[in-house]
Amino acid sequence: MSSEKNKPTVQTTGHAWDGDLQEFNNPLPSWWLWTFYATVIFAIIYWVLYPAWPVGDSFTKGMMNDITYTTADGKTKTTHWNTRSLFLKEMQVAREDQAKYLKDINALTFEQIRSSEEKSAFANSMAKVLFADNCAACHQAGGNGVVGRYPNLLDDAWLWGGSFNKIQETITNGRTGSMPGFKASLSAKQISDVAEYVLSLSGNEANAAAVKNGKAVFSGQGGCAACHGADATGQDFMGSANLTDKVWTIADVAGADTAAAKKDAIMNVVKNGKTREMPAWKNRLSTTEIKILTYYVHELGGGK
Amino acid sequence: MKHESIETNAGLLIILTLIVISIGGLVEIVPLYFIDSTIEEVKVEGKDTIHPYSSLELRGRDIYQREGCYTCHSQMIRPFRDEALRYGHYSLAAESKFDHPFQWGSKRTGPDLARVGKKYSNEWHVQHLIAPRSVVKESIMPNYPWLMKPLQYKNVRDRMRALKMVGVPYSETTAEYEVNVKRFGEDVAKNLDILKAEENLIAQAATGNYDGNASDVTEMDALVAYLQLLGTMVDFSKFDDGHFADFR
Repeated sequence: MSSEKNKPTVQTTGHAWDGDLQEFNNPLPSWWLWTFYATVIFAIIYWVLYPAWPVGDSFTKGMMNDITYTTADGKTKTTHWNTRSLFLKEMQVAREDQAKYLKDINALTFEQIRSSEEKSAFANSMAKVLFADNCAACHQAGGNGVVGRYPNLLDDAWLWGGSFNKIQETITNGRTGSMPGFKASLSAKQISDVAEYVLSLSGNEANAAAVKNGKAVFSGQGGCAACHGADATGQDFMGSANLTDKVWTIADVAGADTAAAKKDAIMNVVKNGKTREMPAWKNRLSTTEIKILTYYVHELGGGK
Repeated sequence: MKHESIETNAGLLIILTLIVISIGGLVEIVPLYFIDSTIEEVKVEGKDTIHPYSSLELRGRDIYQREGCYTCHSQMIRPFRDEALRYGHYSLAAESKFDHPFQWGSKRTGPDLARVGKKYSNEWHVQHLIAPRSVVKESIMPNYPWLMKPLQYKNVRDRMRALKMVGVPYSETTAEYEVNVKRFGEDVAKNLDILKAEENLIAQAATGNYDGNASDVTEMDALVAYLQLLGTMVDFSKFDDGHFADFR
């Protein structure tokens, strides 16, 4: 290595490693330096405008415009700029924009909403979004439910009643439907007989002798009639299913291929029982939103 | 101190570098401990409504972390209208004050879970955790079929003691229990008793029956108990809409 090559052509820091490894002392690029200064100036402006510096047990509130908002219950407040008040203002603006539509929805009866093309279109389009966010996880995007788990909202079979008022009550307060299991209180034969009887109720093929025994268990020792009713059509104040129609919400009889599988599906429910819960929405949705959803669910096809 | 003496002394360089980069964190974080309104006071009828997890919920939270739920789900609803409409009231700082570590996040692959509690039935959670696509067709969440196995809770007391060391008010002595009764009410205080942790855990799993199987205590019981609690400790109907804005 010649000593000429080591001659510095620019200023160095004077450090040298391994004899010839040197550190140049180049100035920072000016674009970088000025950007850096700009961020410092930005920070200072930011401190002045927005809540920023801690002072004792409080903090500087900033010089941004104050925010005046009105809450849903009509209270007006003015505060220094902060994101929570900004949010409340945002909610207020949207609420006032929607107010003229929602006022009508609140004032009208369900029948009146239905008779107005404009109002029902508004309710349906708003409900679709609410339904997707809140209901579709169980009842599915189209409202068809999952057999055995979540009721189908499109058909005209209703466990808890399909009138506007009943649906509204269901959404508001939720429902818990519970059928006990009978494997301890009934013998295997009795359960089998009851299953044959239940099959026969909706026009499925069943063994005549077993049906006769099953009917006796149904209205006698089994106690099934206490909830499902003497005629097995169910009672909507307690959510017991109508066993005489062809709609199955828990035992998937319609989906079973063979007669044995149909019977098994029923026996399984009789043995083990079933508890299903619909959550309450009153703390999550406004009364107007519940009303709109009620209308939508009712109009999906099965409303009574 | 000379530039050269720092640059040629690696140990010194490391220490000084640490000091310089910690300044940013210190000035941003430390003052928050001294500002009164950082953590909101949430009291209803004189009792704190935000309380630590019961032993079962705590094990559920452990499983939540073990399975890495936080990599896709945040627990922090920001004060924006779109988030409020979808998830509910914005999260309060107070709502994660007993969380170690907290579950905030800025990346969501799945929805935010800060207020998922009581939104769906227990049965839905069980089915959804085992096979998400059987209820939500478009879901990309993985299946968690192994959650139905028995829950290990032998060391739950140690887990509670560890949290107690970092300030979560679980109680071990009668005096501590009395303080909790005063602060949270008797029903909650009972669940914070470290010495009754296993007993409480079994009892809650049996009465709650979160996994649809009353006889066993499974990991599913714990996880669903935890999920059903999320975001439910504050009853916002008890407060004015503007109440929590006053803390900012």
